[in-house]
Amino acid sequence: MSDTDTQDLAKLPLDAWHRAQGARMVPFAGYEMPIQYTGPSGGIVAEHNWTRESASLFDVSHMGQLVISGEGATEALEALVPGKLSSLKPGNIRYTLLLNEDGGILDDLMVTNMSREDVEEFYLVVNGATKWDDIAHLREHLPDEITMNHLDGRGLVALQGPKAAEALETVFPGVAERLVFMQGTGFEWRGDMIGVARCGYTGEDGFEINISASHIEQLAEALVADDRVRPAGLGARDSLRLEAGLPLYGHDLTVETDPVSADLTFALTKSRRETGGWMGHGRIAQALMSGPETKRVGLKIEGRMPAREGALVYIGDAEIGRVTSGGFSPTLGYPIAMAYIAREQAIEGTEVEIEVRNKRLPATVVPMPFVPHRYYRGK
Amino acid sequence: MARYFTDEHEWIDLEGDLATVGITDYAQEQLGDIVFVELPEVGSNVDKGGEAAVVESVKAASDVYAPITGEVMEANAALEEDPALVNTSPEEEGWFFRMTVADKSELDGLMDAKAYKAFCDEL
Repeated sequence: MSDTDTQDLAKLPLDAWHRAQGARMVPFAGYEMPIQYTGPSGGIVAEHNWTRESASLFDVSHMGQLVISGEGATEALEALVPGKLSSLKPGNIRYTLLLNEDGGILDDLMVTNMSREDVEEFYLVVNGATKWDDIAHLREHLPDEITMNHLDGRGLVALQGPKAAEALETVFPGVAERLVFMQGTGFEWRGDMIGVARCGYTGEDGFEINISASHIEQLAEALVADDRVRPAGLGARDSLRLEAGLPLYGHDLTVETDPVSADLTFALTKSRRETGGWMGHGRIAQALMSGPETKRVGLKIEGRMPAREGALVYIGDAEIGRVTSGGFSPTLGYPIAMAYIAREQAIEGTEVEIEVRNKRLPATVVPMPFVPHRYYRGK
Repeated sequence: MARYFTDEHEWIDLEGDLATVGITDYAQEQLGDIVFVELPEVGSNVDKGGEAAVVESVKAASDVYAPITGEVMEANAALEEDPALVNTSPEEEGWFFRMTVADKSELDGLMDAKAYKAFCDEL
């Protein structure tokens, strides 16, 4: 149990609602966050399974929401991320990275192009634990004429699962129909401007909804009034994203890792790999050419004992890597992990051993995602 | 049979010279869904307060300490097949191991059911 002093922790706009729903709150990213709910449908495994079968409501209001706008915003932001934004159509979303000069990962984020006829504007969702550093980094490197707004007073919820679209339609008619995976839109609801993006971090179809703190409880109530929707906590979000093979900042991604070894080269837009013009390009161009020393891989572990972050990976006596996230997969029924291992061994089918409490657990390098993604890409 | 509780949330049933050890309902509730239990080897000696078992929930691994000193005589094989027994029946079918009691005076400092309940209510 945690002895962490909760006095300095911020409260989510939905704090009271979570407690009323039976949430167990824990300190995370400077907030008191629901890790799981109690009651007959609560618990990490039940919430995890419900997300895979139906739809779950996650509160992700701890994440940072930023709006960057002004003439030249596209170019200014492109100087800081490896993804191409000039070709991103308004209403479309791209996963990209904030990198330092050495190509180390400062954060991973979602960028939505919200530009209108004569305004260049981007909406960014960044990690909760890194948002203040991200803001400082962006302020330092964006030109003065570019405006950055931190939507600090707004909440963000994620509705995730195969029935998320049907459930969301009952509250916002027509919205699910308008969007496919990695598209966002804005509209008015009960006098408030709402942003809806068809994305998430569970591997399922789903939406992230950006809403004012004054309307967030009404929205949560309206969503869970639908029998298909139940609240779920951070614990299930973590096991879902692990099954989906999605890296978590602070664990699988850090300033010590670069996008090539993290197996995120898809986030380095091809045309910009050569032309450069973004922070960290020099080091990354080199890594792309020579290949990374280590690579992020998925591991399937024999037996039932999970390997956690920090466990060392071996082939025989040779230490070849380290686990960065691991746990028991409720969907698959066996333990899985992400690890960085030497590039030469980062090949599907390689047999390794993971050391846990002086025992060696046999494991195999397997492709990720561990559980297939079910994003909605249109009919 | 007498049942004792520790402030680390283990329970001990004493029957003759043999003690059965498990974790309490309160503890399993705090841990959440249990997916694996690592039990001590039969024949090994455990010391009061020393690590005796590990409980893995979906989220994390937690140590379970030996409540008394003695030798492990039996480990609950049912937990290998179904670790969730610790969640569904923590104080009966989900027992962890049986051990000898080297020094009965170690039991003196432990709580009875009423004292343990009061202890949990304070947490």
